[in-house]
Amino acid sequence: MADALPRPAPEPVSPRHSLRAAWAVAALAFVILWQWGEPVADWAFDYPRGWEIPVKRWIGDFMKWLLEEASFGLFSFTDLTRFIADVIDVPYRIALSLLSTGFLRGQGSDAVQVVPPLPWLAVIGIVGLLGHAAGGLRLAMITAGCFLFLAVFGQWENAMVTLASILIAVPIGVMGGLLLGILGHRWRWFEAAITPLLDLMQTIPIFAYLVPILFLFGFSPTAAVIATIIYALPPMTRVSMLALRSVPSEVRDLGRMIGCTRRQMTWRVLVPSAKPDLMVGVNQVIMLSLNMVIIASMIGAGGLGYEVLAALRRLDIGTGLEAGFAIVALAIALDRLSQAAAARKPVHAEPGAARQPLWARHPYSAASLVLIAVTAPLALVVGWIESYPAALQISTGSFWAETMKWINVNFFDQLEAIKNALLLNVLIPVKRFLLGLPWPGVVGLLGLLGYTLGGRRLALTVAVLAFLIAATGQWEKAMITVYLCGISVMFAALIGIPLGILAAERERAGRVIQVVIDTLQTLPSFVYLMPAVMLFRVGDFTAMLAVIAYAVAPAVRYTAHGLARVDPQLVEAGTVAGCTPWQLLTKIKLKLALPEIMLGLNQTIMLALSMLVITALVGTRDLGQEVYIALTKADTGRGITAGLAVAFIAIIADRLISAGAARTRARLGLQR
Amino acid sequence: MPDTPAPADTAVTLECRNVWKLFGPEAQGFLAGQTAAPGLEAIRAAGLVGAVQDVSLAVREGECFVIMGLSGSGKSTLVRCMSRLIEPTAGEILFNGENLLAARPDRMIEIRRHRMGMVFQHFALLPHLTVLGNVAFPLEVRGVARAEREARAREVVDLVGLAGREGFFPRELSGGQQQRVGIARSLAGDPELWFLDEPFSALDPLIRREMQDEFLRLQAILKKTIVFITHDFDEAIRLADRIAIMKDGRVVQIGTPEDLVMNPASDYVAEFTRNVVRAKVLKARSLMAPLDAETLPEGTADVAASATVAEIAPLLSEGAERLRVLDGSGAPVGLIRREAVVDVMMRG
Repeated sequence: MADALPRPAPEPVSPRHSLRAAWAVAALAFVILWQWGEPVADWAFDYPRGWEIPVKRWIGDFMKWLLEEASFGLFSFTDLTRFIADVIDVPYRIALSLLSTGFLRGQGSDAVQVVPPLPWLAVIGIVGLLGHAAGGLRLAMITAGCFLFLAVFGQWENAMVTLASILIAVPIGVMGGLLLGILGHRWRWFEAAITPLLDLMQTIPIFAYLVPILFLFGFSPTAAVIATIIYALPPMTRVSMLALRSVPSEVRDLGRMIGCTRRQMTWRVLVPSAKPDLMVGVNQVIMLSLNMVIIASMIGAGGLGYEVLAALRRLDIGTGLEAGFAIVALAIALDRLSQAAAARKPVHAEPGAARQPLWARHPYSAASLVLIAVTAPLALVVGWIESYPAALQISTGSFWAETMKWINVNFFDQLEAIKNALLLNVLIPVKRFLLGLPWPGVVGLLGLLGYTLGGRRLALTVAVLAFLIAATGQWEKAMITVYLCGISVMFAALIGIPLGILAAERERAGRVIQVVIDTLQTLPSFVYLMPAVMLFRVGDFTAMLAVIAYAVAPAVRYTAHGLARVDPQLVEAGTVAGCTPWQLLTKIKLKLALPEIMLGLNQTIMLALSMLVITALVGTRDLGQEVYIALTKADTGRGITAGLAVAFIAIIADRLISAGAARTRARLGLQR
Repeated sequence: MPDTPAPADTAVTLECRNVWKLFGPEAQGFLAGQTAAPGLEAIRAAGLVGAVQDVSLAVREGECFVIMGLSGSGKSTLVRCMSRLIEPTAGEILFNGENLLAARPDRMIEIRRHRMGMVFQHFALLPHLTVLGNVAFPLEVRGVARAEREARAREVVDLVGLAGREGFFPRELSGGQQQRVGIARSLAGDPELWFLDEPFSALDPLIRREMQDEFLRLQAILKKTIVFITHDFDEAIRLADRIAIMKDGRVVQIGTPEDLVMNPASDYVAEFTRNVVRAKVLKARSLMAPLDAETLPEGTADVAASATVAEIAPLLSEGAERLRVLDGSGAPVGLIRREAVVDVMMRG
């Protein structure tokens, strides 16, 4: 049966011809194995337990060793991790005290508040001032408005807890990512060493590494902050390396010509020159940290995340949605703030400015201090300055619950009909089909596809990764992941690509779509789950809806971007040749934008996979569920193995599509 | 190599001896294995790119030495070899007699900090620093105290005509102004050797012209030793004391603008010089006849031997038939007849 495995011909005589022949043979072998192979070789359909590589046990043992035996002589590994947690705990406590609890003396419930937290008015004022400094009055209104929203809807306390952890996680994440990026920039070998690690970190589901973090750092807000940092670090590292590399060579030459030492070169020349690009990374770190807020509440972060998670667990839609909106408000405020700060250009000071008093040179800091100095003492006397009066709070929780009930009462049949139709006609057949495929056949076909698109190396990478998924006994769950991801991506593409075309072709529609997409991308992934659960309860269909909503953005964005980037001369040439608008679109623009659209799909797949794991909360049966179960059972080996399988699926998809896009681009003669 | 040897009276500041830069794997080994200088074909066959090939030239103290070549001719690589921004594959770079290629990194930092300055094509200004901050930056890097470096920076900012803009940020300035900042910065450390890598190529033609005048004005005051890179032959003619023309990594000819125009070494050089207005290049010295017995009439105008024909011509329009040529010290060395000037002017 082993010959049934399709193998690429080693030295093709005429590459195209033999490749086609190889595909024909492979397809035939695959069909034979699939249709008639089961009685002869049932191992091809159900990976035998005896052949499994015991990765789970290895990881579990390693974890045990790390926890119990690993030592640096003077102190053990766990001492080190606890020490790190303690170090991070210090600034976190300060931020938390300042924003939420106040400075306390004593322990637990006996604690006496020595200094109260910042009054809510002061916080809103400072946020408004920050907005004004970064982006003028408009932004000041947005940021202050978002924070006011938190107060009015009774989310202030939780939001401040969340904000405190973000205020700690973001600077550490940014600095850490920047330092790694600088190292990677300085030494090629370091970059080569961490790049695959970054790939893995970005594709492995967060749930998977929550377990080891839990073991190493304990169940606490600090552990949650550490998880957040780890989650936000890889993109910052990548952005840093890219930003430093794209500093113009002339600027580098300048640094050397004026005799900079290495350190001066890095900190005085390269980093400041790369700052605009680096700020993109900072924005990403902020958004990822917010995204992590809910997940991190599983290992001890309180605040809004915990609120959402708890509500989701007891299907209390109203409460969950309220806290969800609060996260969105926080996300929008911080996103706009960081984007405006990144876009801010320095303006020269008026001559003579240096002679002005200190407060006039730093008006924003001065105003903030004044604000605190005025409100803090007043807050001790006047209650409504200290915290937003409860009487004026608005709770929408019951409103949402009522709305939900109303929809479910009045439209239950219609919603059920849609759900069932899709489940019966699309989801279940696809699932059956994928589950029925023999794994050696799939591995072989993937390998051949890799060979066709990118040569021997890609073929090997793809085939080995696919085999490893089977060899760790996760084939079936992986196929469910592939099926859910695949269907969601297909729907996301069906929705996203036309929207992208519309955005590129019609200016006004484009602007509206742009705003919607921007907002969608600032929403933490959990938020997407709630409306889906509200309407369709738990199950694959709900998961699919949430995944589609979360993953549709890049499909739209890349399509619009790809179309906008098509050389206008080619479009003019088409117009002159007498193409109708439709012909222009289908025969010229879409053809040329194809590589970009493929990259958009790639991003969609990545987002879909990361969302899929989260949808484990609504009862899917895929690898995500496996990871989630491992988390609840604190089983490191199981979680990481399943997490790696998800990462492998992501890497396989990414490599194949990237190679395909590169080929298409080369064929079209486009340079990037 | 077509090089005019440096006259004994002026010292050589920078000398390149058989400098090579080959890009590609094993370039050093390839070059070491050759008995004679390899040709283009051999280099290409070895899978290498010959950016700079066997270049020898000498830049004399106080002269403006222009390296002119089209894109891909290796001129930018050559100037980066001279400052060791790019490590040459083989050869010697002598800076005041010291071989830079043998200098240790800290020595190189020392030399660059105190004795070299460079102006870049795209300005290479740091976006987060003001004009003053940018100009003072080289001094800051070498640890000069704030007050001192800012005072010096103000001086050079004044020199390049940007007084009053000290507090501006680069993006608030026009291209021409930005390059003035670049020039000021390169002069802040009072370098001996001044590299300018296509400093005006990124500017509009009108601004370019203005900046060339500015450059000539500065050079008249500062009298630096200059290596100036350009792809614009007219610019080279305007600014250079001597020009080296590069093609495919090799120096094709080195000479004064006049030499190149009057005696191009190859068809390639002639192609550049064909459209040059002779009168703007040709100096009185090359056109003059010996002072013969015939006495010049009273009131004959005097011209400098270094004046171009185009500068002389207006004097003749007043009806004079003869002009007396004086050398640098004011001694009469020859005379120019009207016909000779007219002849040059008519040929264009």
